[in-house]
Amino acid sequence: MTNLMDKPVSMLDVPVPAGPAWLEAYRSRARSRFPGFPTLRDEAWRYTNITPILETPFQPAISAARDVSADDVQHVRVPELDSSLLVFVNGRYRADLSDADELGKGVVSLPLHEAVRSHAELLEEHLGTASGEHEDPFTTLNDAMVSDGLFVHVSDGARPDRPIEVLSIATRTAEPVASHPRNLVVVGKEARATVLEHYVTLDDDAVYLNNAVTELIAAPSATVEHYLLERESERAFNISTLAIRQAAESVVHSHTVLLGGRIVRNNVTPVLAGERAHCLINGLYVGHREQHLDNAMRVRHAAPQCESRQYYKGIMNDRSRGVFTGRIVVDKIAQKTDAIQSNRNMLLSDDARVNARPQLEIYADDVRCTHGATTGRVDDEAVFYFMSRGLSEPVARAMLVYAFAAEGFDRMELVPVRRLLAAEMIDKLPMARGLSIEV
Amino acid sequence: MTTPLLQIRNLHVRLEDDPSVEIIKGIDLTIMPGEVHSIMGPNGSGKSTLAQVLAGKEDYEITEGEILFNGQDLTELGPDERANSGIFLAFQYPVEIPGVSAMQFLKAAVNAKRAFEGQNELDAGALLKHFRAKAEQINVPFEMLKRNVNEGFSGGEKKRFEIFQMAVLDSVLGILDESDSGLDIDALRIVADGVNSMRDGRRSFLVITHYQRLLNYIVPDHVHVLVNGRIVKSGGKELALELEEKGYRPFGVNESAVAGAGA
Repeated sequence: MTNLMDKPVSMLDVPVPAGPAWLEAYRSRARSRFPGFPTLRDEAWRYTNITPILETPFQPAISAARDVSADDVQHVRVPELDSSLLVFVNGRYRADLSDADELGKGVVSLPLHEAVRSHAELLEEHLGTASGEHEDPFTTLNDAMVSDGLFVHVSDGARPDRPIEVLSIATRTAEPVASHPRNLVVVGKEARATVLEHYVTLDDDAVYLNNAVTELIAAPSATVEHYLLERESERAFNISTLAIRQAAESVVHSHTVLLGGRIVRNNVTPVLAGERAHCLINGLYVGHREQHLDNAMRVRHAAPQCESRQYYKGIMNDRSRGVFTGRIVVDKIAQKTDAIQSNRNMLLSDDARVNARPQLEIYADDVRCTHGATTGRVDDEAVFYFMSRGLSEPVARAMLVYAFAAEGFDRMELVPVRRLLAAEMIDKLPMARGLSIEV
Repeated sequence: MTTPLLQIRNLHVRLEDDPSVEIIKGIDLTIMPGEVHSIMGPNGSGKSTLAQVLAGKEDYEITEGEILFNGQDLTELGPDERANSGIFLAFQYPVEIPGVSAMQFLKAAVNAKRAFEGQNELDAGALLKHFRAKAEQINVPFEMLKRNVNEGFSGGEKKRFEIFQMAVLDSVLGILDESDSGLDIDALRIVADGVNSMRDGRRSFLVITHYQRLLNYIVPDHVHVLVNGRIVKSGGKELALELEEKGYRPFGVNESAVAGAGA
């Protein structure tokens, strides 16, 4: 790794609002263990060159060149989703644009900076407990900068009456802004919650960095559904880490859809720490032009009889590049593990590329682990079949590409999210213009 | 004088990727409206190639001759334009398409044809009504439309769904590419009944098969024997029975020698 000289230091030197002593100590520990930024020589970053991020002169969140209105928010949030909404603009919480009403008994949902004051004990107890599992330089950087984001606490047996949507809106700014959103979601025994992290931009040419860390802690028999909808500017950078810790018999579904961004890194790192926990990791990355979309999964089975399912699909066009690294770690204690990993990619141009790496690390002897990775093109025989029924070649291809992705949408509970993603995807496929799809 | 529905004149076809391989070596064939023709031939005779060439598959190159459909030259039209003009190829191996429901697929196909004809799109209600009527006619369970295109369909279901699509699209020329392959007698009969329900003196069929069996149920007006890229004999339906009895040996074909060469 590169050392802390030069530009990387500037990102650490950005002032963050002072916090209570325990938080200052937390940040300071992170600063001291920050290992420097990864290079292509680091195995975990072998296919992703972050030099363009390091060469960008980032500033802390500063005032935006234009204001964001309530209309803008309505325009970019998930349509027809009745969500409790927390809005951040260029990294700053905007109470005036948020709509975070009471979510019912036993449910706390707040911007993290408020929770630092009002729920200090809970925060101190849980912060870093899931993300500490797997050290990553960007996570450490986030640790060093923790100041705002979402805090959710659902008491045992409780359930919010609506999904919680954290909407991060980016706009064009005078200087590129680096934000380090930090979300902590703690779901109690037999409780339920649905959380969406939603990154959008109002300016397609905005340059910025979102380095987000979400910790999701599921108590025994909790059920959590998490969405990451990444619709950043194609000149922006997004590093998102979802660190999950699951107790016995908990069920967590993670859905990730990467659509925007210039360089995107999506880390999902569940630890199945209690018996019979179940984890679904569902993802889709759709790249075009020069986009670089990197997905790093690390599923650790740390208890017996757990199930994990990874289904990731990539659709890459133009000169875009996709990366999928799927690691399954099965501890010695984790007998009767049942793990499936599948990564399928579709290339729409000769210059698009995908690097797929399944990695198994198995220390138990009674396990079932399967993995498969494929990369292909739209099936010509299927195109001919559709055309022989009267569909034009562009429509035939669009329907087939859409169909490839649709399987992932079908796993999502929230229909408005499916609809939004279907529309966004069709928008992004040049051959699909005018295609109408029922979701 | 009635215009032939399909008129093939001196058709020569070779593989696009390997021009040294000529598959069809001069075929003449005229199909009048309402007629059922059968092309019978051993493996490798070029009969499936003929079906694909008629539907507009790009892997082949026409080096000589012409194909007229309703008096218009087809050869410059893409597969979609041919389909919208009224040609339907029932595939020997219908393609499974996970992620696209049969309903969605057929809606898109029907509306593509209507757009081609300069008509407005049909609304969902009108489409459903149309699908129900055709499902009944072809004896296809309506539930099939809720499944993904051909995904997990049995051999018989796939072939029935092909015929159903032709009925839905109201095509005037049905090219059945070995629709009998892999079917038991019951499935065969259902497929044949579907085809026969569409025979109305206007629609024509080109039934491509290796065996005579299917022709017991879809009785052709004319039978042609295709061997090595040429029609070597034409006749009435009795020719099929003759082939069933004597095989393709009288035409100089040693079946076992060509078996597996592909069509």
